[in-house]
Amino acid sequence: MSDKITNILLVGVGGQGILLAAEILSETVMLAGYDVKKSEIHGMSQRGGSVVSHVRYGKEVFSPMVPEGEGDVLFGFELMESYRALPLLKPGGTVVVNDLTIAPPSVLIGQEQYPEGLAQKIKELVPDCILVDGQNLALEAGNARAANTVLLGAVSKRLDIEEKYWLESIERMVPRKALAVNLKAFELGRALA
Amino acid sequence: MKEILSGNEAIARGAYEAGVKVACAYPGTPSTEILENTIRYKEIDSSWATNEKVSLEVGIGASFVGARALVTMKHVGVNVAADPLFTLSYTGVNGGLVLVCADDPELHSSQDEQDSRNYAKFAKVPMLEPSDSQECLNFTKLAYELSERYDTPVMLRTTTRISHSKSVVELGERVTGLPEPKLVKNPAKYVMLPGNARPRHYVVEERLVTLSKDGSSMPINRVELRDSKIGVITAGISYQHVREVLPEASVLKLGMVHPLPYDLIREFAAKVEKLYVVEELDPFIEDQVKAAGIQVIGKEIVPICGELTPGRLRKAFGLPEKAQSQVEKLPGRPPNMCPGCPHRGVFYSLNRLNAYVSGDIGCYTLGFMPPLSAMDTCVCMGASIGMATGAVKVLPPEERKKVVAVIGDSTFLHTGVNGLMDMVYNKGAATVIILDNRITAMTGRQENPASGHTLMDSPTNAIDFPMLCKAIGVQHVRTINPLDLEECARVIAEEMERPETSVIITDKPCVLIKREGVFKRGAVLEVVDENCAGCKACLKIGCPAIEWVPSSGKKGKAHIDPLLCNGCEVCQQLCKFAAIQEAK
Repeated sequence: MSDKITNILLVGVGGQGILLAAEILSETVMLAGYDVKKSEIHGMSQRGGSVVSHVRYGKEVFSPMVPEGEGDVLFGFELMESYRALPLLKPGGTVVVNDLTIAPPSVLIGQEQYPEGLAQKIKELVPDCILVDGQNLALEAGNARAANTVLLGAVSKRLDIEEKYWLESIERMVPRKALAVNLKAFELGRALA
Repeated sequence: MKEILSGNEAIARGAYEAGVKVACAYPGTPSTEILENTIRYKEIDSSWATNEKVSLEVGIGASFVGARALVTMKHVGVNVAADPLFTLSYTGVNGGLVLVCADDPELHSSQDEQDSRNYAKFAKVPMLEPSDSQECLNFTKLAYELSERYDTPVMLRTTTRISHSKSVVELGERVTGLPEPKLVKNPAKYVMLPGNARPRHYVVEERLVTLSKDGSSMPINRVELRDSKIGVITAGISYQHVREVLPEASVLKLGMVHPLPYDLIREFAAKVEKLYVVEELDPFIEDQVKAAGIQVIGKEIVPICGELTPGRLRKAFGLPEKAQSQVEKLPGRPPNMCPGCPHRGVFYSLNRLNAYVSGDIGCYTLGFMPPLSAMDTCVCMGASIGMATGAVKVLPPEERKKVVAVIGDSTFLHTGVNGLMDMVYNKGAATVIILDNRITAMTGRQENPASGHTLMDSPTNAIDFPMLCKAIGVQHVRTINPLDLEECARVIAEEMERPETSVIITDKPCVLIKREGVFKRGAVLEVVDENCAGCKACLKIGCPAIEWVPSSGKKGKAHIDPLLCNGCEVCQQLCKFAAIQEAK
């Protein structure tokens, strides 16, 4: 095992299921034999605020926070939050982003406009960017709420972790009745990247 | 067995393995999940207390009769629990007692950034500080051994990044063979009258000297010799950032941050050319090391405000910054009250009535945010009522009427009830609104003495707020439906006019309560496009389910997200054009 640490950022809006996705990712890399640390802020996040979860894995991880400008993969659940988090990503990093916009309070009440063309702006800054139609693929898998697992599938192709560990961790972490849909969603995401 | 645990989960596990019998807390971010995890172990009696002072007293009671006890709180909770803490330092313990205090550098979810290590020094008790989840577990167990060996409460300090970060932990077994609790009479030790307390002070001072000396050989205080050019004294999460940013530096990692192991510090200082202290918030270690006559660099380069990050530490040591993408300024995304939140109608009414709102701590503090913009003060748990009393004492009558205190059910029981007793006793002429949503919502839906359920999910007596207020002596107690805007505005206006203490209790549950039958979702509403005049009246409540669509119609129309709408009907009452109706 090399000394390299892989840095992943999961970003989006409170309530989108980011914490569970980060748990599945952490469990996966632990099963694959890596040291792992995961960090995020709870509390206010449940009330629709910005959420950033850091997951780092490798032989031995020290800080639980991805150092600024050293993110390898940005795993975005929402466009504006993904664009906002780009300074955390290293030059030449990867973005896997859900093609979804969620209006913040100032946009909801008509005070500000949701910025236009964010997907394009992200692609200009980060050429290795995969835009995922998470909602529709999740519907194809059988449930709109499985969008996170579609994204996780797309992210999984960019990480050097055997598929069996992903599947084992999804089986451990996802409730039994939602398992089949989530496994399908994962495969659909994996087929994209 | 290995598991990925958060610091909080690992502390709960550590308490279990240490044989803890009683765990007690008042919820507070980032400490809350510790007690939410001790309930996984049926051997531990876990409970929410009304406030941190009471939680510590419950712990002390259990300790004095011989049980190991865990008490947890956030940093500002220690302010509330400080009174028993300082005297507990004198009495010492019987069963081990550990007070976990979770600090919140960066104020992710707090009203201040106090550094609770100062409490260890102030109360003269030892404090351990773990650097990851494995240490959270190990240090918790060690803390019980130290507590009993040195006859002292032990503080275990975490920060948000320790409590809420997850890392891999090796689990152990629960200890067996601890003495069974039984009544112990030892008034010279446990009755802190001056005659008894005076000799105990000498014991406390001797204990600190012994702990400092013994600390130099404790394995949790560890020297890692690498390059001798730079030596860093550090602890807690800062240790991880130091290892990340200065991988070659020699490190003295302190597991016990109070009292300091001076012999070990001197020994380490002699082995390195240049000595630094890297610590978040106050120069706690630094000042003491400097006072001991050891040259060290600390807050000259390391920021005193905010949390440390690898990037901030790189900057402090003058290392080049990593290349980063530059992005345009974006609309912010602050947290918001949930769709259907029963607080929304109250704050909308307070805004309309141009009230001066003496606020408090909970989800409803978000009533400060636009467009509700109806909170004028927020200081600490329970402060709203006392502050309203103070304001009405001195304001002229026309302004006095404007003063309204708002406080949640759990916060009222925490320390607000004392404020109300004082207001009634001293004839404070202000209006108090108790926002009773049947749960401690902000910290993640914890039960409380008014919810009718305990932490271990058994039904219990629920406090009756109208009865309680009447018993205190409030002559005017009214209960309203906060989702009825007409009733809200009318009743609040009437009580504001009254030159006496009055209490209004709102009677609707939090939309996030999962227990069946408490919150009932209403019928989802929709905007009927033909009727919507684009007047934006419905936007004035700031509901996350209602979005302004500028491109709709001539000047824009409102839209309701059917997935988010909880059917509270507050927006419907604001619409003069019957454009908001039950969705077909």
